Amino acid sequence: MDIPGLGTAFWLQVKRDLQLAFRHMGQLANPLMFFIMVTTLFPLALNPMPKLLEAIAPGVVWVAALLASLLAAEGLFRQDVDDGTMEQLALSPQPLALMLLAKTAAHWLITGLPLVIMSPIVAYALFLPRGAVPTTMAALALATPILSLVGGAMAALTVGLRRGGGLLSLLILPIVMPVLIFGARATDMAMTGMDPVGALYLLAALLLLAMSLTPFAMAAAMRISLD
Amino acid sequence: MNNSSNMTTDPGERAPLLEGRDLELWRGDRRLFHGIDVSLHQGELLHITGPNGCGKTSLLRVLCGLTLPETGVVRWRGRPVMRSRADYHAEMSYVGHRESMKADLSPVENLCFDLGLRRDAGQAVVREALDEVGLTAAAEVPARSLSAGQRRRVSIARCMASRARLWVLDEPYTNLDVAGREFVDEMMTRHLGGDGLVLLVAHQSHGVAGRSVRQMELV
Repeated sequence: MDIPGLGTAFWLQVKRDLQLAFRHMGQLANPLMFFIMVTTLFPLALNPMPKLLEAIAPGVVWVAALLASLLAAEGLFRQDVDDGTMEQLALSPQPLALMLLAKTAAHWLITGLPLVIMSPIVAYALFLPRGAVPTTMAALALATPILSLVGGAMAALTVGLRRGGGLLSLLILPIVMPVLIFGARATDMAMTGMDPVGALYLLAALLLLAMSLTPFAMAAAMRISLD
Repeated sequence: MNNSSNMTTDPGERAPLLEGRDLELWRGDRRLFHGIDVSLHQGELLHITGPNGCGKTSLLRVLCGLTLPETGVVRWRGRPVMRSRADYHAEMSYVGHRESMKADLSPVENLCFDLGLRRDAGQAVVREALDEVGLTAAAEVPARSLSAGQRRRVSIARCMASRARLWVLDEPYTNLDVAGREFVDEMMTRHLGGDGLVLLVAHQSHGVAGRSVRQMELV
């Protein structure tokens, strides 16, 4: 029997997930709202001195981005497992790893990419020097897919549990610490006029590692969760 | 392909296409079943019956390759399904007790995706299948506003249009009216006539007659 190619299957999955997301605009905006709220609350709660805000800006932006994607990871596979579509996916002739990678890619487009796009506004609110904004965006563009991928692998592992939310954060956070460290470091270096390219390369390397390993972890974990 | 698949295409050979040997499954500290042997040749229907909670659905999930049994092995064309999943799943279609549909998408959108992963099926194929199960009018309505019986019909349309050799049906009659049940019987008869295989779990008796129909009772 002629099975459609991997590219077709990947695209079908991404297209369907985006289609579904756009029918629930509200849910889609949740992580983004969280990101914007946390980062804009800091200037309100602290003394709004530009010097102080500038000093904490890299930390605030990166912690908020990390927590926003943690929030988003919970819902990555939940619905599909609940309505049984994940079962059909696991029984399709396409490799489950590829399909879950496609789902994660769509998830990143919905929850990760908006963070990258909105980050200049957040940076502006926190008096981040204008010169550090492109670096922060680039670092976020590299880091948010890693967060989605690691989140996906852990979400696949905990989706079978009824209340996996707290456990999910415990599983994701230690693994993504390097992302937080190098990401905040890149922003910091750009602020102080140093060359941030080293930190960006490290993020890029982490992204490649995550892209090549997590799909298989996701598929294996999902098969256990569906068992 | 190795020689085992040649064996099964030979009409004189009676090696079963689907074979489960010595299957045993535990759920927690309860043994659902043990020592189960299942074999299914082309053109055969196996009707699995038994009281609620005896593990019929779990047995189907083992035979589908969704659940790993404690002992025993499931083979398709002589090869363990856990090691050649893609080949097995390309020839198998599963109708579970859940409808496996996205409530926000219409039946056409749902099936275009599901079938798109299996074969080069355009909208025309999907619409034809939905026509056949009597859902012409409801083809574009979001699945959440369909009745339970209509959703079941969508699942059946998916199975029919998948061109799978083996159909695994878990309670396909649920929520269906008389006409719907007759349609399922007729569809299975046609499938068996085309050398297809059917694994059926149902409480009701089915309306498929013939020598190729067997029954198995789980206790």
